[in-house]
Amino acid sequence: MSLVNFTTREITCKIVYYGPGRSGKTSNLQYIYGQVPDERRGRMVSLATQTDRTLFFDFLPLDLGSISGFTTRFQLYTVPGQVYYNATRKLVLQGADGVVFVADSQMRQLDENIESLQNLHANVLEHGIDIRTLPMVLQYNKQDLPRELILAPPELDEALNFRALPAYAADALHGPGVFETLKAVSAEVLRRLSESGPGRH
Amino acid sequence: MDLNPRFKFETFVVGPSNRLAATAAQAVAAAPAVTYNPLVIYGRSGLGKTHLLHAVGFAALEHEPQLRVAYLTLEEYVEQYHAAVASGQADAYRRSVGESDVLLLDDIQFLEKHRELQSELLRLSEEMQAANRQLVLTSDRPPAEIGELDERLITRLSGGLLVDLAPPDYETRLAILRRKAEERGTAFQSGVLETVAEIGAANVRELVGLVNRLIAFQAVSEAPLTPAGARALLVEEGVALAAESALPPQAPAAPAAAAAPAAAPPPDEFSAFLSAVTRTVAQSIDAWRHKVGEAVVRWQGEGYRTARLEALLGGEALPDVDEVLQRYEADVEALRALAAEAGSLDPSTAGHARFRDPDRVDEARGFVQKLQEGMVPPPTPLPALTFESYVGGAANDAVLRAARLVAHEPGRRYNPLFIEGASGVGKTHLLHAIGNALLEAPGVKAVSCLSAQAFIEELLAAIEAGNVEWWRRRYRRSDAFLLDDVQLIGGKEQTQDELFNLFNAFADGEKQLVFAADRSPQLLEDVEPRLVSRFEGGLVVELAAPDRAMREIMVRRLLDAQGVQADDDVVQYLAARPADSARAVQGLVNRALSAMDPEQPSLGVQAVRTAIEGRGARPSQAHAISALIPSGIDSSLQSREKVVWDWPDVGDRLVEDLR
Repeated sequence: MSLVNFTTREITCKIVYYGPGRSGKTSNLQYIYGQVPDERRGRMVSLATQTDRTLFFDFLPLDLGSISGFTTRFQLYTVPGQVYYNATRKLVLQGADGVVFVADSQMRQLDENIESLQNLHANVLEHGIDIRTLPMVLQYNKQDLPRELILAPPELDEALNFRALPAYAADALHGPGVFETLKAVSAEVLRRLSESGPGRH
Repeated sequence: MDLNPRFKFETFVVGPSNRLAATAAQAVAAAPAVTYNPLVIYGRSGLGKTHLLHAVGFAALEHEPQLRVAYLTLEEYVEQYHAAVASGQADAYRRSVGESDVLLLDDIQFLEKHRELQSELLRLSEEMQAANRQLVLTSDRPPAEIGELDERLITRLSGGLLVDLAPPDYETRLAILRRKAEERGTAFQSGVLETVAEIGAANVRELVGLVNRLIAFQAVSEAPLTPAGARALLVEEGVALAAESALPPQAPAAPAAAAAPAAAPPPDEFSAFLSAVTRTVAQSIDAWRHKVGEAVVRWQGEGYRTARLEALLGGEALPDVDEVLQRYEADVEALRALAAEAGSLDPSTAGHARFRDPDRVDEARGFVQKLQEGMVPPPTPLPALTFESYVGGAANDAVLRAARLVAHEPGRRYNPLFIEGASGVGKTHLLHAIGNALLEAPGVKAVSCLSAQAFIEELLAAIEAGNVEWWRRRYRRSDAFLLDDVQLIGGKEQTQDELFNLFNAFADGEKQLVFAADRSPQLLEDVEPRLVSRFEGGLVVELAAPDRAMREIMVRRLLDAQGVQADDDVVQYLAARPADSARAVQGLVNRALSAMDPEQPSLGVQAVRTAIEGRGARPSQAHAISALIPSGIDSSLQSREKVVWDWPDVGDRLVEDLR
């Protein structure tokens, strides 16, 4: 996966939305899809089951046009959240430039969040990547739910964000926090450019 | 950047806190480069540094309108400089900045971030001072407190005048408030501005902000503002400000930031996202440009050509910048090493441009190689004169042993070895034999072996050509130094000086020194005692005249060398003849050979005897010679053998003498 190619002057970023089932990964992509002007967005590919669960993965290509002379494309992916689709998750993670971990803020989903996060770590490691070097942000989704059902961001931080990553409260169905998350992960990914410098193909 | 007409001395409110700075600035403006150069004004943000800087510019122009005044913030300077470097116009830019009569440079504290510009600024300040051009700088702290600032630059900046701007006191604050209100054409009730002045502000900028707020408030109020109202307003604003700053930052970095989502997102989120990405990409792309730009400035500062790096900035397709930079640095290192090598061979070549261009490493390498090859090595020992061809015997056994030891362990046994002996006894042969043996010793690559006469002549030629240093290095590169006929340096002061220094250099480096002379060190005439004592400090050995056994060997060798078959009688006869040196033996053999019948390859004793002792007296000549010799003189002189019968022509003798 090429992040930046100075010869063809292209920047391609692959960002993967990761998280437990029903945490709102596809909702993130759908919201973004809805905001992108027609000429900028590719066809969103969603392989869903009859009950609207992601069976394989979602894929949303974004063409950001020419930025500083570079043709810039973002590819947003989601992984299937369910535990038994790990092979697919591993496959989608391959070559990811950045990861958004979408956590379900509901109290009762805390264990699933933790399990999914551990699964992410394990899969990234299997690709031979040190998770600490992979640009990543957290999103605490469903913060619009009644207070008594959810954990507040500080509590979720306590449980999930031991690396003090950038974390964003969000309501992916309606939009708040979605672009903030995307902006943050994009910035983290692109900042890697300045660290690795040109020549990375 | 243009000067701001609002920032003049007339609009600068002077109080005790800034009087010194204002006075200094006025003095500089009245007579640039005469009083304080450079002038450095430092103080916290918002106290009027930039105002003073502009004011200096204006006032200087008022005094002398033809002056070239330039105002730049450090960031602008850095940016322009990098751009100039990137476009290959660095020198032109340097010139354009350096030629300003008054250069006003703002915010030099950012030099902390631009270390590569420090040497450039140092150069600029030196150049401007030398050309009597004024430099005025501002900083938010004293130069010594600017992180990682070059010590030389600190000294340079502190060499002019360093003045600080302190926060304004009550009176100054009030004066500033009044002036600002007046500028805005607003009148306040008495006591309002006093109240504001009492509340105070950290700096002038904040103070102006306060007065602006009051003006705005009064403009929309029906009743004029009262002192109490002003206080209430400002305190309230202060509370509001405090509340604002307590809000979580927009870009959440960690826990506290992740607040509950706001009600509705702004409409065009995608555009906002796009511009954020654009910003980040631009910064990231600029990051490597910056890196290359910094490298360009740094290496240019050190005097290297950076065309290769500059090409990188203009190129479309990019290789790995880190790799390019590494390769460039490796080439610079190679150039440094080559320049040092060239300098040791010929100091005049080290500064050549080829050692300053990493794109010309191969050329530089070739040049140094040529220099190495082209450098005439000092005279070396004659290959024919070896220990093997040297005739040893009881008479020179001790000397020979010492010589072999020296050759075996150069610099460690006898250093120097001083060989004395009469002319013709074989000193020169022995010296060259030691030299040849030294060449085979481990770690010895070059051996200098020459006569003192050649040494003197070389020095004279070097003095004439002005390359004495090169000549010295030429010898110092040798691993051993052997000098024949040392007695000839008597009275040659500069030669003795050079020899003394050379001696010390060799002795310090444990390199072998061997000298030969026709007399002992003590008897050397007109030679400085410091040299004599050094000669004596090693081992002084004396080569004696060859004894009969040695002479016999010599005769045999000489005859063999000529391919002459001689009877043993002939050899014994020749060896028995008195001869006090190897050269004398050679003479005897040559005379014997002259008697040889070309038809007969062998030599008979009778013919030899006749050749050496003569065919019998030729009466007339014998008589004539006898008449010349006073009676009572050693009878050996009357021997035919001792008499020269055939004198050369007088003309030939003269030519011989003149030589």
